[in-house]
Amino acid sequence: MRRRQRTLAACLALATAAPMAACASGDGGTPTLTWYINPDAGGQADIAASCTEDADGAYRIVTELLPRDASSQREQLARRMAAKDSSIDLMSLDPVFVAEFAEAGFLAPVPDDVADATTKDVVQGAVDASTWKDELVAIPFWANTQLLWYRKSVADAAGLDMSKPVTWDQLIEAAGDQDKLLGVQGVKAESLTVWINALVEGGGGHVLDNPEAPADQLKLGLDSEAGKEAARIMGDIGTSGVGGAGLPSEDEPASLTKFQGDRGSFMVNWPFVWSSTVTAVDDGSQDQDLLDDIGWAMYPQTVEGEDARPPYGGISLGIGAYGAHTDLAYEASECIVSPENQAEYFVTNGNPAASIAAYDDPDVQDAFPMYDVIRDSLDQAAPRPQTPFYNEISTGLQQTWYPPADVDPDTTPQQSTEFITAVLRGERLL
Amino acid sequence: MSTSTERSGRSSGRSSGTDHGAPDAAAKAARSDRARSEARLGWLLAGPAFVVMLAVTLYPILQATYDSLFNYKLTAPDDRTFVGLNNYLVILTDSVWWRDLGVTVFITVVTVAVELVLGFALALVMHRAIKRLRGLLRTAILVPYGIITVVSAFAWFYAFDITSGYVNNWFDWVPGIGPDLNWFAQQGTSLFVIIASEVWKTTPFISLLLLAGLAQVPGELEEAAKVDGATAWQRFTRVIVPNMKAAIMVAVLFRALDAFRIFDNVFIMTNGANNTEVLSLLAYRTSIGQLQIGMGSAISVLLFLCVVVICFVAIKLFKVDLAGARGEK
Repeated sequence: MRRRQRTLAACLALATAAPMAACASGDGGTPTLTWYINPDAGGQADIAASCTEDADGAYRIVTELLPRDASSQREQLARRMAAKDSSIDLMSLDPVFVAEFAEAGFLAPVPDDVADATTKDVVQGAVDASTWKDELVAIPFWANTQLLWYRKSVADAAGLDMSKPVTWDQLIEAAGDQDKLLGVQGVKAESLTVWINALVEGGGGHVLDNPEAPADQLKLGLDSEAGKEAARIMGDIGTSGVGGAGLPSEDEPASLTKFQGDRGSFMVNWPFVWSSTVTAVDDGSQDQDLLDDIGWAMYPQTVEGEDARPPYGGISLGIGAYGAHTDLAYEASECIVSPENQAEYFVTNGNPAASIAAYDDPDVQDAFPMYDVIRDSLDQAAPRPQTPFYNEISTGLQQTWYPPADVDPDTTPQQSTEFITAVLRGERLL
Repeated sequence: MSTSTERSGRSSGRSSGTDHGAPDAAAKAARSDRARSEARLGWLLAGPAFVVMLAVTLYPILQATYDSLFNYKLTAPDDRTFVGLNNYLVILTDSVWWRDLGVTVFITVVTVAVELVLGFALALVMHRAIKRLRGLLRTAILVPYGIITVVSAFAWFYAFDITSGYVNNWFDWVPGIGPDLNWFAQQGTSLFVIIASEVWKTTPFISLLLLAGLAQVPGELEEAAKVDGATAWQRFTRVIVPNMKAAIMVAVLFRALDAFRIFDNVFIMTNGANNTEVLSLLAYRTSIGQLQIGMGSAISVLLFLCVVVICFVAIKLFKVDLAGARGEK
C-alpha cells in the first residue's frame, strides 16, 4: 500500500515538474528563445534549428505555432502580451498589426545596430511596414505581394498586350466577352480589405489620411475620387457576373481553384499560387498545359496610366517587450532574416523575401521565374493603413463594402466613412 | 448535485416518518438529529461544487458587469475611462444589436420547433423499436450529438460550399438548386444551412429528453384509451402528450437556452456575413476581435440578461416544472 502511495506521489511530482521544466532554460543553462510562428510549410522551424546551431550554445530557439489566419494570430498574441507574457521572445507578426503592438508597448525597442543591419538592401515596402512613427519597431522578415496572374490563351483571344500595364476595366471586358471568370477575393474577410486598399491606393488615394492620429481624430480618405473609382470597379465586378456566383465567399484558395478551371481568365493573388500549381502538376492532379498557359504581370491599374499599388503582405519579426532575453532575441532575429535564410525560405515555402539580395539567388530564380515582377511589385506595393486601430478600420470596410455586387460608388464610400468614423468614436457597434 | 442531495434527504426523511408511525418526542428529536446531520452532509458534499460554481460563474459575471461600465481597450489599458451606462446606451440604440437579436431569436425559434417535431418522432421510434434493435437504433440516433460542433459546422460548410461542395451537384434536380447557387451569399440560404446543421446536431439531445418523458407515460392509460376505441393520433394527442408536458417543456427550455447562445455554426460558415450574425458572435468580435473589453462586456451582460429572461418566462409564465421532468413527482 505504502509503495503504491509512493509511486503515486512520484507520478504526481513528475506530472507537476515536467511542464515547469519546459519553461526553464534549455540544456546546460542555454537560454531558450520562444518564437511564435504563423503556420507555414515548416520553413520557420528549419530556420530556428539552423540559427540554434549557428548560435553555438549562446541561445536555443524553439517555435510555437499560432492560429492559421492573421486576425486569430493577433488575438492570441495581443491577449498574451496584454498580460505581460514573458515567454514570448519572438513573434511572426502580420505587418498590419505592427502599429497596434508598437503603440501598446508590446515590442522591445530595436537597437540601432540591429536596425541598420536588418534594413540594408531590403525592399522599401517591408521597411515601411515595420516602421511606426518614423522608428523601426520590428524586423522585416519576408514580404509578400499580389500579382496579376492570367491565362495566356484568354489574354491572346482578347488581344491584350500583357507586357504593358493593364487596367481593371480591360480585365472585366476581356473576361466578360469570353464568358470567363475573374479571380478576386470578395469574401467578407481580411482579403476584401486587401483588395479595397489596393484599388483606392491605385487611384491615388488612401483609406486613411492621417494613420498616426488618435482614434477620434482619424480621417478617412474613402469619400474621394479614388474611393469612388475603387467602388465603381468593385461594383462592376460584382454586378456584371464576371466574378461568378462564388464571389461573395471567394478567398485566395477559391480564386486559385476558379482560375485553374475551364472558366479561369485573370486573377489577382499571392505567389503561393505558382508553387501550388507546380505541385499539382507534379502530382498529376493538373495538366502541364495549364502551367504553360499561366502568365504573370504587375497588379492591374485602377486608373489608366497611373501606377498600380499592389497589395503588400508578409511577416515582420516582433521582439516581445517582456521576455527575459531581448538582446539575444534581437541577435537571433538577425540570423533568422539573413538573406541566405530568406532565399531558402522563398524556395522551400514560397514566401517572397524582403531582402533584395535573395532575388539574385539562382535557386529562387529557378523556382519562381516571375521573381523580377515580384521584386518590382514589392517596391510599388502600398501597405494597408498603419494604425493601432487597424482592426476597426478593416472590419468596418468589410461591413460596408460587402457583398461586392452591392458596392455603389455614389453611396458606399460615404456610408463607409460615416460608419467607421462613428465606430472609432465609440458611437456605433462594429 | 444539490438537487440529488436534496432528493436523497427528502426520501429518507419520508421513509423514517412512515416507518415509525405516530411521532413521539424521542422520535422527533432523533429525526431532527438525523435531518441535521444529513443537511450537514449535504452541504459538505455540495459545498465544494458550490464554491467552484461561484468562482467560475458568479465572479466572471460580476467582473463583466463592472468592466461594462468602462471604455476599455486591452491594448490601451492606460486610457481606461469610466463611462457609466454609456456602453449600454450605444448598444441598445444601434441597429446591429437589434438585427443580431432578431437573427438569434429566429434561429432559436425555428431550430427548437423543428427539433421538437423531429425529436418527438425519433423518441417514438426509439421507444417503440423492437428490443433487439433498440440499442443499435439509440446509438445511431445519438451519433450526431457526439460530434464536436466545430467539426460538424465544417462538414456542413464544405458540403454546401460552391467550390468544394457536393450538395449543388447531388440536388441539381431540385428547382432553385444548381451549380451557380452560392448558399453562403444570401441571408436566407445561409440561415437554412446553419439551422439545418444545428438541427442535425442537436435533435438527438431533445429526443433523449423526450424519450425519458415517454417512459413516464403510464402504459395502462394508453391501453385504456385503446380499449375505448381511440385512434393512434387521439392516443398521441390526448394521452401521451398531456402526460409528458413537463418533459416537453424542459426539453424546449434547455434547447432554447442552448440555441440562443449559438456560435460555432455561424462563426465557421459565414462569420456573420449577409446579416447572419448572432449575439454571441457580436460579443466575441467586440471582446476578442477588437479587444474592446468594456463594450464587449456590456454585450455579454445583455446576452446574459436575455438568457435570464428566457428562463424566467419559461419557469414563471409557462410553469415549467424542472423536478417533474425527472420523475420526482
